[in-house]
Amino acid sequence: MSLAATPASPGEAVPAPARRAGGTLLPLLGRRLVAGVFTLFAVSVVVFAATQVLPGNAATAVLGQSGTPQRVAQLEAQMHLDRPAVAQYASWIGGILHGNPGTSLVANQSVASIVLPRVLASAALVLIAAVVGVGIGVVGGVLAASRRSGLIDQSMSLGSLIVTAMPEFVVALLLVVLFSTTVLRVLPAVSVITPGRSVLDSPAELVLPIATLVIVIVPYIFRMMRGAMLEALESDYVEMARLKGLSVRRVLFVHALPNALAPVIQVIGLTLLYLAGGIVVVEFVFNYPGLGQGLVNAVTTRDIPAIQFLVLLLAAFYVFVNIVTDVLVLLVSPRRRYPR
Amino acid sequence: MTGAGSAAGARALGALTRAGGADRGGIAAITRQALRTKRGAIGLALVLAVVLFAVVGPFVAPYSPDALVTVPLSGPSGHAWLGGDFLGRDVWSRLLAGGGALLLLAVLATLLGVGAGTAIGVTAGLVQGKTDSVLMRLVDVGLAFPQIVFALLLVSVAGARPWLVVVAVGVSHTPQVARVTRAATLDVAEQDFVKVAESNGVRRWRIIVFEIVPNLVSVLMVELGLRLTFSITLIAGLTFIGFGLRPPAPNWGVMINENRIGLTLNPWGVLAPIAMIAILTIGMNLFTDAFASAAIGVDRAGDLMLEAAPFAAEAAP
Repeated sequence: MSLAATPASPGEAVPAPARRAGGTLLPLLGRRLVAGVFTLFAVSVVVFAATQVLPGNAATAVLGQSGTPQRVAQLEAQMHLDRPAVAQYASWIGGILHGNPGTSLVANQSVASIVLPRVLASAALVLIAAVVGVGIGVVGGVLAASRRSGLIDQSMSLGSLIVTAMPEFVVALLLVVLFSTTVLRVLPAVSVITPGRSVLDSPAELVLPIATLVIVIVPYIFRMMRGAMLEALESDYVEMARLKGLSVRRVLFVHALPNALAPVIQVIGLTLLYLAGGIVVVEFVFNYPGLGQGLVNAVTTRDIPAIQFLVLLLAAFYVFVNIVTDVLVLLVSPRRRYPR
Repeated sequence: MTGAGSAAGARALGALTRAGGADRGGIAAITRQALRTKRGAIGLALVLAVVLFAVVGPFVAPYSPDALVTVPLSGPSGHAWLGGDFLGRDVWSRLLAGGGALLLLAVLATLLGVGAGTAIGVTAGLVQGKTDSVLMRLVDVGLAFPQIVFALLLVSVAGARPWLVVVAVGVSHTPQVARVTRAATLDVAEQDFVKVAESNGVRRWRIIVFEIVPNLVSVLMVELGLRLTFSITLIAGLTFIGFGLRPPAPNWGVMINENRIGLTLNPWGVLAPIAMIAILTIGMNLFTDAFASAAIGVDRAGDLMLEAAPFAAEAAP
């Protein structure tokens, strides 16, 4: 249940019982995968059903008030809305499995060709933000835990309470005010990268979106790391290491940190999960040509095939990261393999 | 009152004292204790200030929020304290009028999400077996959507309507609340007083109403605080990107977006609503944190907040 994982007790750091426990790992892995596939299937049904169940037929939603009955009927035929829901779902999911998520209703090109460059743009944003954020957060958390109630601890703890509360767009716009409009004008306020060009060619335009995401994720990582390290530091084996007269640094990084490895993995997983949603607003603020902006655009223009595919993609990423995180955590902390 | 020493004591006593708020004197006592801490008192003061501003605001605004009273994007002046917005409306008047709807929608969405999530979580925790695993599978499906993505999906077809925003945000809270309340229910259900009641033949619904739920109150209060903060963030965000409340309604999220173009000319059109939202959510977060510390009795309320964070994964199978 607890996210801030209970670190393994000293006995479990010994390799022998861990290897014995390895026997239970494969079936567990299998169950995780099956559950993941089931979740993905259910997610696809939800994504599909959401556009069916809600008031207003998709064709009229796309055309708005101006749609003539003929035009509506024509679009209904194009979107296969005249067929039963199950058949519609089958042809939609079948298309996706064959790499063809349909045709955009707005841009008159395939959804895949719109989405692909955006995947790369968002991936750059998410990966850089995750690496920087995890680095700062983990080091900060370890330092804060080692000098509990010290200056770093107090200021970072209070700072994290304040920053975690602020919506992403508030952080983003404060950065814009500070660095690109009112106070200083050193960085571009919005990105002018056209979708399709590599975002890495214009590093200046990456700075503020990444800085926003880093500022938003660091407090979570910091608090989780601090909690996990505090728990590790209170344990008997750390007490023992201290009594042996080992140096503070050795106790901290050789004895305590490895036992807080599971939380580090979880932190990285959770950061990626958070970023999957966090990019939506941040990309909108900076006009950054990624998946989040693509989703907002698709919702604005009611481009239903694009909405369905983008949401499915983000949810699939979520499920994937969840499974990988869980499996890695099970690998590094044998005790968790047994249901308590 | 509860220093580090007694907190550690409470943890050591384990199961007996973990029963929750009951032995700590109920919500009133927990709230008093939270307010005695600096962050609790400051947090609540900030929240109340913003609520007062939003409730009284519309009645004391110098102009109608829709009246064109000054030069578009002009700076602060004697008759328009915070200058004009992109159409020349009074930023100060729109700020005063623009908080009520956001607060109301956020409260409704929170009540919906926490209510539905608690119903699912308590049911799953008590019934266990098949029903439990089916419910938790559904919760997993819900957890697979980032909250804002889920809300956008719902808003996409039916269009931006206030009730739909409430439903979308409320439903997006449900799976996380269900996870937390299920875990809390399992904790309470294995307490001795529940077992005694069961072995005495007390009816199931009496056990739920009189034994389980009272012991979930402090967990629920913390959830309400957290979820309210997230609701405000989500609804303001949805409104900001254009899917909450439509212009010309005066609304902090709408104001931020429509005045962005004039950031260099009159930054107050953006900064003032940003400040209101930030003060509100920071205040909520500080108070919730203090309340959680008082209710649970450890100084690691941060862990608890993480557990209910916008993202949440379960490691143990």
